[in-house]
Amino acid sequence: MPPVIDTRQALDFERPIVELENRIAELKSLGGPQLEIEIRRLERKARQLQREVFSELSAWQKVLLSRHPLRPFTLDYVGRLCEDWIELHGDRAFRDDESIVGGVARFRGRPVMILGHQKGRGTKENMRRNFGMTRPEGYRKALRLMKMASRLGLPILTFIDTPGAYPGIDAEERGQAEAIAKNLEVMSRLPVPIIATVIGEGGSGGALALGVADRILMLEYSVYSVISPEGCASILWKDQKKVETAAREMKMTAPDLLELGVADALVPEPAGGAHRDPEAAADAVGEAIARELSALSSLSPEARVEARYQKFRRMGSFLESGPGA
Amino acid sequence: MAAWWSKQRKKMKPEVAAKTKRSVPSGLFQKCDECGATVPSEQVKEALWCCPQCGHHFVMPTAERIKITVDEGSFVEADVNIQPEDPLEFRDSKRYADRLRSAQKQVGVADAFREGRATLGGRPVSIGFFVFEFMGGSMGSVVGEKITRLFERALADRVPAIILNASGGARMQEGILSLMQMAKTTAALARLKEAGLPYVSVLLHPTTGGVAASFAMLGDVIVAEPKALIGFAGPRVIEQTIRQKLPEGFQRSEFLLQHGMVDAIVSRHDMKDTLSRLVSLLGPEKQRARA
Ligand SMILES: [Zn+2]
Repeated sequence: MPPVIDTRQALDFERPIVELENRIAELKSLGGPQLEIEIRRLERKARQLQREVFSELSAWQKVLLSRHPLRPFTLDYVGRLCEDWIELHGDRAFRDDESIVGGVARFRGRPVMILGHQKGRGTKENMRRNFGMTRPEGYRKALRLMKMASRLGLPILTFIDTPGAYPGIDAEERGQAEAIAKNLEVMSRLPVPIIATVIGEGGSGGALALGVADRILMLEYSVYSVISPEGCASILWKDQKKVETAAREMKMTAPDLLELGVADALVPEPAGGAHRDPEAAADAVGEAIARELSALSSLSPEARVEARYQKFRRMGSFLESGPGA
Repeated sequence: MAAWWSKQRKKMKPEVAAKTKRSVPSGLFQKCDECGATVPSEQVKEALWCCPQCGHHFVMPTAERIKITVDEGSFVEADVNIQPEDPLEFRDSKRYADRLRSAQKQVGVADAFREGRATLGGRPVSIGFFVFEFMGGSMGSVVGEKITRLFERALADRVPAIILNASGGARMQEGILSLMQMAKTTAALARLKEAGLPYVSVLLHPTTGGVAASFAMLGDVIVAEPKALIGFAGPRVIEQTIRQKLPEGFQRSEFLLQHGMVDAIVSRHDMKDTLSRLVSLLGPEKQRARA
């Protein structure tokens, strides 16, 4: 059975399932053989209900799952996937931005550089981590660590989970646009393998700043888009209530991105989503990363950089008739 | 990445709308956004779409921009047969396919970017211009492909690359494919830089969102026209996030110069000469020049 969840932290469409599970836990705590038949009946019912709900999730429901407060964040994956994790702080110029974490660790015996957006659990940590919204110094910390990884021959594993780059006066003053742009430029030429995994929200340029990779993996209920559904609804529909339509029209779910040729692989999540079984989610992510890393390691640095170039070179959709002028 | 230029502008709070809106001269007379003077449109055009009273730079038609930027008659446009399509079959109040058709009809170009070969002071360059008139210069697959080809051509010809940017950012109607154009174009630029060739980025009003957060802010040299709006997030988004009024001059060229984000502010009248000199100083022909 998945861990019991506080119904207040459950999403609307999760609530009937969570309520059933809590009822089951209650019955179990009472004990007694006469309850066992009832418990088994309810367990079947809960599983059935979960299958039903999760087999037809809308794009917007997946957006909500990708932002679930209980969803595993970067450091949850690092803790389960790596040994010898040493976090490295700061951009050496201005400040340490805690909305991005970075550091070295051992993944399946191999030293790697890890970078990821980090959301907080609860208000206090979220304030410190700015809800995963990064300022220029965060991208520049990532840049410093990526250059170091490249020089020392460490593969780079990134975890993407951000609502987007922080829109604030200070961020603009310190060159938010330049900071993101610089990461794209440098990442496109790094000789070491780069694997990006979208574990939650892939929010526009702030996500892409860790996303110019040889492989882009997406968790089943993660999303990745050019703008948030809220932003899109407000600009194109001029109506905040159109978020569900915007989420659907933008084709931002993991299967959509696979179909559009942006994501390379989809990592299946445990029944009910990664937060229902973080251990199993981490195992699946670890397997997927290990597979890609092994394939990438067999290429020469030149071949990897060329393949990365061609991968992004192909992205887009247009028509061309006859020879160009 | 919000394309702040869209029709939403009409709904913006008045003080913000007044700051970001910049009119294109039309009709017999033109009221200056900056000094308020009413001046004959003919005089404005003669002054390269600047106010004859105060020098304010109006948004100017891209076709005219090309003429005043490169050596006369030297622009040979490339990739004119690339057409946009509607990969997501996107629909808001209108179908994206219909928005494209009406923009094409109204502006007379296939999409929001024009590029090709030209000379500046007699030296060859690979140069491109955002067409802001076309859906706010937003970058979708066609714009991204053309910019990539511009950089690849500069590399193949071993000539400097120049882009005149004016864009609200990524085109939402092409979803994630628009976002990926940032990576695609920037990767092509990175190869150009690695090969020792220069890239000059010109920032016009406005340059924001995904265009700012990719090649626009990556020039070896970045020059901006006076008082252009330049930034990642649009002013409206920032105001809504921090819930306070933005300081005077925020995200303008002069603000970026002060914060070390651009190299120089260059008036429209001096742009061609400045670009020519940069090409001559930084381009691969520099070694051959006499001492
Ligand atoms: Zn004036």
